[in-house]
Amino acid sequence: MLALAAVIVGVILSVFMRLHLAWPGLQFPQMFGGTMKPETYEALLTMHGTLMIFFVLTAAPQGAFGNYFLPIQLGAPDMAFPRLNMLSFWITFLSFACMISAFFVPGGAPISGWTGYAPLSSLGPVTGPGEGLGQTMWLVSIGLFCIATLLGALNFISTTIDMRAPGMTLLRMPLTAWAWFVTAILSLLSFAVLLAAAIMLLLDRLAGTSFFIPAGIVVSGKLQAHSGGSPLLWQHLFWFFGHPEVYITILPAMGVTSHILSTFSRKPVFGYRAMVGATCAIGVLGFLLWGHHMFVSGMSPYSAFAFSMATLAIGVPSAIKTFNWLGTLWRGRIHFTTAMLFALGFVSVFVTGGLSGLFLAQPAVDSLLHGTYYVVAHFHLVMSMAAMFGIFAATYLWFPKMFGRMMNETLGKVHFWFTFVGAYLIFVPMHFVGLAGGVRRYADFTAVPYLWSLQPLQRFITWAALVTASVQLLFLWNLFSSLRSGEKAGKNPWRATTLEWITTSPPPHGNFAGEYPRVYRAPYEFSVPRAKDDFVMQSESESV
Amino acid sequence: MSENPRNSHFDSGSDSANGVGLFDTDGFVPQRTYVTGMMMALAGVLMFFMALVSAYVVRKGMPNSGWTAIPDLPRILWLNTCVLLGSSAALVFARAHFRAEDEAGFRRWWGASTVLGLCFLAGQVAAWRELAAKGFYLATNASSSFFYLFTAAHGLHLAGGIVGLIWVLMRPTRRLTRGTATEVAAMYWHFIDGIWVFLFLILSIER
Repeated sequence: MLALAAVIVGVILSVFMRLHLAWPGLQFPQMFGGTMKPETYEALLTMHGTLMIFFVLTAAPQGAFGNYFLPIQLGAPDMAFPRLNMLSFWITFLSFACMISAFFVPGGAPISGWTGYAPLSSLGPVTGPGEGLGQTMWLVSIGLFCIATLLGALNFISTTIDMRAPGMTLLRMPLTAWAWFVTAILSLLSFAVLLAAAIMLLLDRLAGTSFFIPAGIVVSGKLQAHSGGSPLLWQHLFWFFGHPEVYITILPAMGVTSHILSTFSRKPVFGYRAMVGATCAIGVLGFLLWGHHMFVSGMSPYSAFAFSMATLAIGVPSAIKTFNWLGTLWRGRIHFTTAMLFALGFVSVFVTGGLSGLFLAQPAVDSLLHGTYYVVAHFHLVMSMAAMFGIFAATYLWFPKMFGRMMNETLGKVHFWFTFVGAYLIFVPMHFVGLAGGVRRYADFTAVPYLWSLQPLQRFITWAALVTASVQLLFLWNLFSSLRSGEKAGKNPWRATTLEWITTSPPPHGNFAGEYPRVYRAPYEFSVPRAKDDFVMQSESESV
Repeated sequence: MSENPRNSHFDSGSDSANGVGLFDTDGFVPQRTYVTGMMMALAGVLMFFMALVSAYVVRKGMPNSGWTAIPDLPRILWLNTCVLLGSSAALVFARAHFRAEDEAGFRRWWGASTVLGLCFLAGQVAAWRELAAKGFYLATNASSSFFYLFTAAHGLHLAGGIVGLIWVLMRPTRRLTRGTATEVAAMYWHFIDGIWVFLFLILSIER
């Protein structure tokens, strides 16, 4: 629910940004401040990124679906430390409240981007409205979020290591469980670093230290009393967290995609062990390539080369996954349910967005494109859209289990097609804006002739965004109306194999009503020759 | 069932694993889960301090960093370090008494360890006051900033550990057995002590 609230705010912010970009002089209703000032645009940009990345793409796949389904899929009554879990949730809630309040303090929300780059973020109100109390609250909120995520992560890891049902070996875990497990390890190792960096930045702001502020900075003609810090140090610490964060958002979506593709093509996952290996490889490599976010920040070409190679290398496990997804689909009996459509959509946008990553991984090309909409298009497709498709797929798949009722498939399919086509209509033209030199983060292109000539394309993107955003109302309607009037779902509406489908929908307290399962087989045994059905559940013991 | 909970020493029975696989009907988790959880927590703590230390190393090694070391670190830090190591040693004795089922001995040494931990914190505050008296504050220069940051971050973690030690001594535990509680608390305590030795080495050698 928290993530749902965050995603709604996040989408509204992006819609306002798009409206402003398309029609810079547009009068918004008075309560939103009339014509948008550049600093307001930057504040929206910052808060859109922050809310989406932390409170939606990090919180929803792991905090919502992972917490709910990891223990069930492993055959456990609950997460290892339920009270710690509760604490983690409430700290996240506090963090969210703190972040939203940043809108309502004097000066408003911060303007330094979701990356909070110093020294813009570290000097206080002199660098702009929102850089006063707003930025401080942003940092406190991020610090709290780090703590909540760390508590959650250690819970996930302990649960996976120690709470598996008898017979549930590591290589019998569903790929969703593998994804949550590796994601939790990434969270544990990376959010600790962000916490340290956030504390240092907070000290720079509040206690007069100079960790990230260089000497001799002049703002508005006034020399700032700081000495010798390094803005690059912030960037290194931030991206050491920030790149694993990308995989924290995408790995659970990959897991649920594998899960769904197998279930709805009625075939075992092609290359299960390779999938596990690729997940782990992405986890390891994800820590070695943060520097590709900093090619244009001033970096030795030798380091840039190393980061570039590591970045290209992560294409290998990603490609392994993609081939295995296609292999899973190959000659399967495909059921085009909404969950399946979103999983297929995930593969599509992940590949499309990933391809532009190969270009950006070259430092020489990146130095041209880094400040443009090309990068915006790239990460929105490969990370944001892909992760959102994963969240939608998971919702359509598990809603019957969580609430005991089915979602409306017709509405779901309409939702899918508009979202899928919409995603491409928004982000493909954005690549062209970027290639034509359209700079990102600018609030207004009116005064720059070559940018103004791209305006028709920008308006097209805005229209596409408006339609796509409106279609999400259909999803909300489907979600809430199905809660009351959806068709009743049995234990196993999708005829799937993993442990969440042996318990009632919704599961009782303790998940299995005291009768904990024992596991006898691999997670995706579909279409087993000579079996009485086209699927065999993990807990089925009779030999087939 | 191969997964047996760790033996409990003073109390027994609350972690039975009979009948239904890993969990009893109340859903108690196996005791080793707490050990795993603590190991994961410590991995996070380690990353946190590594981030601070790497920032220190980078900041100090920057060209034209204008790095000026604090002339001489407060001597009391050596004493504090000894006190903290003593505290760890006391905890080892306490657990030995615990294993020998000597409740009085256990409480005595465990209490001693806690008190030594508090002494360490008091000593760290004394070190701060000494530095402040010499005119080195948090924002004076980079090395003093890092000094206060390291000691404060470590002090907070240690204070959390003291709360844990007192909790083990005072409160009966429900979900985890006393044996697990002492083990987990000791893991944390020794680890945070080790972190201090590492930070102190960095602060005194890499000045």
